[in-house]
Amino acid sequence: MAYKIKSAECTVCGACDAECPNMAISLKKGTYVIDPAKCTECKGQFDSPQCAAVCPADCCVPA
Amino acid sequence: MGNVISLDSILGVGELKAPAESTPVESSGCSSSSCGSSDGPADMDPAVWDKVKNHPCYSEEAHHYFARMHVAVAPACNIQCNYCNRKYDCSNESRPGVVSEKLTPDQAIKKILAVAQDIPQLSVIGIAGPGDSLAAGAKNTFATFEHLQKKAPDLKLCLSTNGLALPDNVDRIAQYNIDHVTITINMVDPEVGAQIYPWIFHKHKRWTGLDAAKILHEHQMLGLEMLTARGILVKVNSVMIPGVNDEHLLAVNKAVKARGAFLHNIMPLISDPAHGTHFGLTGQRGPTAQELKVVQDACEGGAKLMRHCRQCRADAVGLLGEDRGDEFTADKIEAMGEIGYDDEARRTYREHVEAERSGRHASKAAAQADVQEAVGSAVDPILIAVATKGGERINEHFGHAKEFQIYEVGPQGAKFVGHRRVDQYCEGGSGDDDTLDTVLSAINDCTAVFVAKIGGCPSKSLESAGIEPVDRFAFEYIEESALAYFKDYAERLGQGSIQARAGQDAVIRTGALTAKRA
Repeated sequence: MAYKIKSAECTVCGACDAECPNMAISLKKGTYVIDPAKCTECKGQFDSPQCAAVCPADCCVPA
Repeated sequence: MGNVISLDSILGVGELKAPAESTPVESSGCSSSSCGSSDGPADMDPAVWDKVKNHPCYSEEAHHYFARMHVAVAPACNIQCNYCNRKYDCSNESRPGVVSEKLTPDQAIKKILAVAQDIPQLSVIGIAGPGDSLAAGAKNTFATFEHLQKKAPDLKLCLSTNGLALPDNVDRIAQYNIDHVTITINMVDPEVGAQIYPWIFHKHKRWTGLDAAKILHEHQMLGLEMLTARGILVKVNSVMIPGVNDEHLLAVNKAVKARGAFLHNIMPLISDPAHGTHFGLTGQRGPTAQELKVVQDACEGGAKLMRHCRQCRADAVGLLGEDRGDEFTADKIEAMGEIGYDDEARRTYREHVEAERSGRHASKAAAQADVQEAVGSAVDPILIAVATKGGERINEHFGHAKEFQIYEVGPQGAKFVGHRRVDQYCEGGSGDDDTLDTVLSAINDCTAVFVAKIGGCPSKSLESAGIEPVDRFAFEYIEESALAYFKDYAERLGQGSIQARAGQDAVIRTGALTAKRA
């Protein structure tokens, strides 16, 4: 269970990185990626995955 | 103080040289740039005047002399607006939210020092996104300001925000001596807001509809109150969206004035399907020049109105109305090596402007008294388009003008009321006729156009369109010239040799190329 970032639509704004409670998002080769090992989909932490809720490009989706 | 910099030489007048008699800097022994505060408007607190007099966005007068620079260190945003789509970036686009290069705080500091070295008019560093400067914990924004305060203390700091995260950050804004904050407030009624904001991200949740607009509104009002309570100057930007918030902007003006906003800047919606914004794709149009002016005029008397905004990019560099960002890309700055801090040129320039400005208030008042005596109050005000490259002078060729500044002049005086861009769209503008048509539609509501020089052909076209080309005030000050022209105009009107030009409207051009330095 993890989310992923559709890199073609990502604007590299970093809003997701700032919100992720698990430090699962990092900048790799000019684009943000989610580490599936760390992603919890925010279950038990928040009502909905924070990256998807904040993303202006709506490109954080279930992997 | 022999080191006098001619304003026009700094502004790069090129082949058009100003008359030799540039105002000498008085050697009064006063070298502080704050000693001219008595020149401020009579109704303004000297402490406030001192804050705004060199800020091009907060003082209409200052925008003729001083340059600003935006550093794009804040790409993240916490709300979605129907007029914004940040997926799209074209280096030939000019509008808020658009940048070509995002910067880290370190890169931003280096860029600022490089620009400061090259542009003595630089007085203000702003962070305006391209997202929201306070989103994502405002980490980059405050890191940049913290360093900058230490490295270049003479530069004013400024930021723009939608206001959602403002209440949480007011203390830090005060801590870093950021004394200018702009909040974009498009509504004070959530019903109106729901048509502008599809969602906001707040307290770990995406809110939509009325709830979203209500939270945003409450944070904007609270943030505004908190800032003004700390003596921080607040400018409110509003995007005028015909049919959505145009009439409502009067209520916005009243609400922000009541909470102590210093300036209200009503800007036209920029809307084009090619931008991929919700409003662009659904055919929501922007206002015409006269529609915008009607709303701005109706708000006059409320919070002070700003009309010289160029709706610039979040990485713009230079005087308002020009963008020298291309000269300072990350690659070019990297190649410059180590850059130091030296405020000598900027200090000399500021002293020069101070001297140039003193005396202007008296000469404007004299010209106005002359008009009032000669004309009386029976003649309606007129609009005049002016070709200028800064310094409050008529100092640009008609054919070289990338924009015209619009002055309203009448028995009550002359004042700046707006500007019209006439630069080329990136995809169009192949022939000279196109260019001329563009200019004509952009200044169609004007009676005259003031230029330093104009060719025979465009002169004829202007005359047949009913706009008088005037080059007899070349290199003179704009306001005094406008008043002298109005006196003559009223006389000719009285003799019946000309007709008043009324009921015309003009096109506001948006999304065009920004003016580059020739």
